[in-house]
Amino acid sequence: MVKCASHLVIGMKGVFKLATQNTNSFSVQKMIQEKKKKKSAGGITEKIMPYILFLTAAVSVLTTIGIVLTLIFETFLFFDAVSIKEFFTGKVWYPFSETNGSFGILPLIMGTLKVTVIAAIVAVPIGLASAIYLSEYATDRARRIIKPILEVLAGIPTIVYGFFALTFVTPILRDIIPSLEIFNALSPGIVIGIMITPMIASLSEDAMTSVPNAMREGALALGATKFEVAIKVVLPAAISGIVASIVLGISRAIGETMIVAVAGGSTPNLEWNITGSIQTMTAYIVQVSQGDVGYGTTIYYSIYAVGMTLFVFTLVMNLLAQYITRRFREEY
Amino acid sequence: METSTAAANIVNTEEKQIVYKTSDLDLWYGDNQALKKINLDIMENEVTAIIGPSGCGKSTYIKTLNRMIELVPGVRTSGEILYRGKNILDKSYQVEELRTKVGMVFQKPNPFPKSIYENVAYGPKIHGIRDKKILDQIVEKSLRGAAIWDEVKDRLTQNAYGLSGGQQQRLCIARCLAIEPDVILMDEPTSALDPISTLKVEELVQELKKDFSIIIVTHNMQQAARISKKTAFFLNGEVIEFSETNKIFSTPADKRTEDYITGRFG
Repeated sequence: MVKCASHLVIGMKGVFKLATQNTNSFSVQKMIQEKKKKKSAGGITEKIMPYILFLTAAVSVLTTIGIVLTLIFETFLFFDAVSIKEFFTGKVWYPFSETNGSFGILPLIMGTLKVTVIAAIVAVPIGLASAIYLSEYATDRARRIIKPILEVLAGIPTIVYGFFALTFVTPILRDIIPSLEIFNALSPGIVIGIMITPMIASLSEDAMTSVPNAMREGALALGATKFEVAIKVVLPAAISGIVASIVLGISRAIGETMIVAVAGGSTPNLEWNITGSIQTMTAYIVQVSQGDVGYGTTIYYSIYAVGMTLFVFTLVMNLLAQYITRRFREEY
Repeated sequence: METSTAAANIVNTEEKQIVYKTSDLDLWYGDNQALKKINLDIMENEVTAIIGPSGCGKSTYIKTLNRMIELVPGVRTSGEILYRGKNILDKSYQVEELRTKVGMVFQKPNPFPKSIYENVAYGPKIHGIRDKKILDQIVEKSLRGAAIWDEVKDRLTQNAYGLSGGQQQRLCIARCLAIEPDVILMDEPTSALDPISTLKVEELVQELKKDFSIIIVTHNMQQAARISKKTAFFLNGEVIEFSETNKIFSTPADKRTEDYITGRFG
């Protein structure tokens, strides 16, 4: 067999037929026909495979529809007890009162926004700068080492980040800002920023790397410096991918739960202050799910209403990311 | 009468100066020597063509003239290239400075994914020219210079990628003209274009040589014969022959040049 293979290789140079005749003459066509016969009759696999694949694809779609329907249904039950107007305009969130709780979601939204904005302030500059370094300056070697490390950061469980915020970042911040409370918006905001940085860096780097080299050369040939090329050619050309990565990162910050539940506290408030304890929408849901709230109570239904609001927030962000990717794509 | 024209000729040749003086240039990609002892004097305000079969080093050479070759990892050079008397291979020579004086047009049109206007204004802008009125003038002048103004004047704000390949290439020439370079390097500028666009670019080159020194790499010998004053024939990283274009194409001094231009190889 080895012998015949080596013959074949030699035979490639124009005497293919000759070489095959010299060995134990066999026909590839004949062998293919025989193998075909052995295969299951009628190509049943070919026929049923599409259906099986469709079913598996349908699972995730159906799950999503199921979740959304549950959310909507239970949210309606909540709005039987609390008016929509009160929910969206009320300035106090205090559901645990025995007689009449206050269900104004604004304080929770405020908590989420504070954390998200801080995270974005941390993640966008660092993420973009890393992306520019990786795509424009790093040698292949440096890129091969740094990119996997960035991706490891993205794989750390968020509960670890939560304790990192509470037991490491908060004490350091308290040394700098003495008025900072143990639970606050700043520390989890920064840590969420650290968490989404690799995502923004990695996706932006992909977008920038896919800008053709011809474009860089065009600018360099005009006497542009490397930094000018990065900022004025590559960045604008990759802007749709970059903005999409930022929006996706922010969307993750909005939905982030463990870090804020661990390090953010549980005091819903509508203040602009970032040094005090807060509660985000996600952290509220955690708080209620862990407590012993009776099924069918208003508090029970309130987590669905909050969940629905959260879902709309992240959905809008994701749709925005998709829209931006399509709308601002610079064709090249 | 005759003496006066002769005198004028002498004055003319005396006025023309050497733009690029290449002496004993060697270039390696890693261990692979791509250019061997290149010696070439390129004169200003004329078209110099570089011909030769694929892989002969002609693109490598032209990219060395504005040091774009440095983008290839592992490139080493020795020898010198004097541009207007200064060695550009010297580490102290500012490469951005060089490329501001020496424009380049590439094989494939490579406009930026921006508007036509922004493409042309890009060069002046990065070099600090911000005045809108001046930029407007530069853009019009450059587009006129590249013989594309009439085709695009009504759609300056549209994306450059809406133009045809030939128009894109002339836009790239306009982009290059916008910083008023001294030399324009053209690396097979028509190889991706159709015959009509090619003709337009060739006509343009004839116009441009009045104001600029042009060095053009081409694999099209007819093109070299049509547009250039002098031609260098490269083979395996060496300059086999360098002389007046009509001499090279009528009575080549070297047997290999003759074989190449008569189509016996390459």
